[in-house]
Amino acid sequence: MKEFAYTITDPEGIHARPAGIFVKEAAKYACAVTISKDGKEVDAKRIFGVMGLGVKCGNEIVLKCDGEDEDAAMAELQKFLQENM
Amino acid sequence: MTGNCCENIAGCINMREFIGKSVFNGIAIGPLKIFSKEENAVKRIKVDNPQEEIERFTQAKEQAKAELGRIYEKALKEVGEANAAIFEVHQMMLDDLDYIESITNMITTQEINAEFAVATTGDNFSEMFAAMDDDYMKARAADVKDISNRVIGILQGNGTGGNLGDKPVIVVAEDLAPSETVQLDKSKVLSFVTRLGSTNSHTAILARTMNIPALIGINYPEDCDGKMAIVDGAKGTLIIDPDEDTLAKYTKLREEEQEKARLLLELKGKPNVSADGKEIKLYANIGGVGDVASVLANDAGGIGLFRSEFLYLESDDYPSEEQQFKAYRTVAENMAGKKVIIRTLDIGADKQVGYFNLKKEDNPAMGYRAIRICLDRLDVFKTQLRAIYRASFYGTISIMFPMIISVNEVRKAKALCEEVKAELDAEGVKYGEVELGIMIETPAAVMISDDLAKEVEFFSIGTNDLTQYTLAIDRQNPALDNIYDSHHPAVLKMIQKTVENGHAHGCWVGICGELGADTTLTETFLQMGVDELSVSPSMVLKVRNQIRNSKANK
Repeated sequence: MKEFAYTITDPEGIHARPAGIFVKEAAKYACAVTISKDGKEVDAKRIFGVMGLGVKCGNEIVLKCDGEDEDAAMAELQKFLQENM
Repeated sequence: MTGNCCENIAGCINMREFIGKSVFNGIAIGPLKIFSKEENAVKRIKVDNPQEEIERFTQAKEQAKAELGRIYEKALKEVGEANAAIFEVHQMMLDDLDYIESITNMITTQEINAEFAVATTGDNFSEMFAAMDDDYMKARAADVKDISNRVIGILQGNGTGGNLGDKPVIVVAEDLAPSETVQLDKSKVLSFVTRLGSTNSHTAILARTMNIPALIGINYPEDCDGKMAIVDGAKGTLIIDPDEDTLAKYTKLREEEQEKARLLLELKGKPNVSADGKEIKLYANIGGVGDVASVLANDAGGIGLFRSEFLYLESDDYPSEEQQFKAYRTVAENMAGKKVIIRTLDIGADKQVGYFNLKKEDNPAMGYRAIRICLDRLDVFKTQLRAIYRASFYGTISIMFPMIISVNEVRKAKALCEEVKAELDAEGVKYGEVELGIMIETPAAVMISDDLAKEVEFFSIGTNDLTQYTLAIDRQNPALDNIYDSHHPAVLKMIQKTVENGHAHGCWVGICGELGADTTLTETFLQMGVDELSVSPSMVLKVRNQIRNSKANK
């Protein structure tokens, strides 16, 4: 299992639209992908879960990838977070 | 236009005013049209074959997604990609496994009809959003209701979409779902008025994009359909059955407004050239990444003052290099090669940041602030400079240092820039050409502006502080408002001297304080030879108009 902690710098936090794009990215991988905030963990492939976290600018989230393609998933999703959020 | 009112005396007394909250300014005059949704009354019905209901739901969901795809395409053309994106999100919501599983589980375990399962799930999910502690997310409850109602409508065989008739109207509704607003014929909508909704709702965003006035929180009467009304976006009021005087007053106001808007629109894309042919640069001031959109919308040629304080004020701790880099890069990229002048951290005085642990001062305006802190706290300053240099690779960035009073300060700041560049070179990190400049906002800087000009490539005059220091008037003290005179000859002579000394040593000179947007001085500045004015985005076109009507030669 791979884990990565990241602090959101986008001033708007994870709004509907970025949540949608992130979910699309996560869905490309076979492994389980989750994100958590303050101990609440959700399936990153489900948009309501991701939006429901209510992630704001300055919040720290933890991204976890677990499964066969976890290395590729982590590399790409980590990059995606850093570039877009 | 014929008002129903004032045809008899009783009608005149009928004028009623309702106060709400404006989400976009402007004036609209026209008949009201209540936009009513088709009621999707949903009953709970026991079914014999749940599998069949799941099948019905799946088909309705697919049809809803196909409809949303078409709405997305329509919105893309009418209101642009950013506003259309919500319909893509709606499609994804319909595919969300939590949502689907909740519906199918309900159908299976309770043996109920698909409509009821969708309605209940929609309510549950929308309550989750309504309960969040974030206004933006609260407003998303409407999105969940919207997608659920669409599916229910399809299950019940209803059509959706509003027919407004053939004359332009003021649309009145309880609330408008995004898919409803986008289906309205835009040429028939004068304004939106809703009882519910928030400033973050799509109706609000759409109104801003369409440039039409919109009000929320208006408790309109049910009997208002078809009545003549006025929407005053500036005051946030809806006037139903206006009397003749009111109607005449607003008709005139609206005409003036339209004339102004037309004039300003005409000025978009036009050069900032005076009547006698002198060009001046016209940039905008911003205080955060979110302001860039209005910079571009108002056609500014660049950003003349990017106040970097927001990064520090919005944060509970020192913002990291990475955080800052992203903000600067985003702005540079969005400005696509146009100049972006970042002012390094200017805190202290009236802008306090807790984690800096600054001591309380008796006279903070003359105290420990801006460059004085930065040259003390080299760790903080270098983090910012590194972030700026790294971002400079993605656009055209300049740096300016605030509150300068000596050549020595400038040399120290420049030496730090060299250090940062050497570090980045050693790390193999790329950066662009960065012009260096200083704010001229102290009388000291004006007096030695000839020496300072040899050190940097540009000056930007901060007229607010320069006025307060020149006149020895605390601008926070309201008792002095009557003698605070930003047109004082001493201030204007300070500006004149700065321009002359700057030009004599190859510096260009701009003004980024409030005086830059003072159109009674635009001609004076042109005549002084000021090279650039940087004003708030909403003032850009107004100042451009003034430049084009001014003469640079006396």
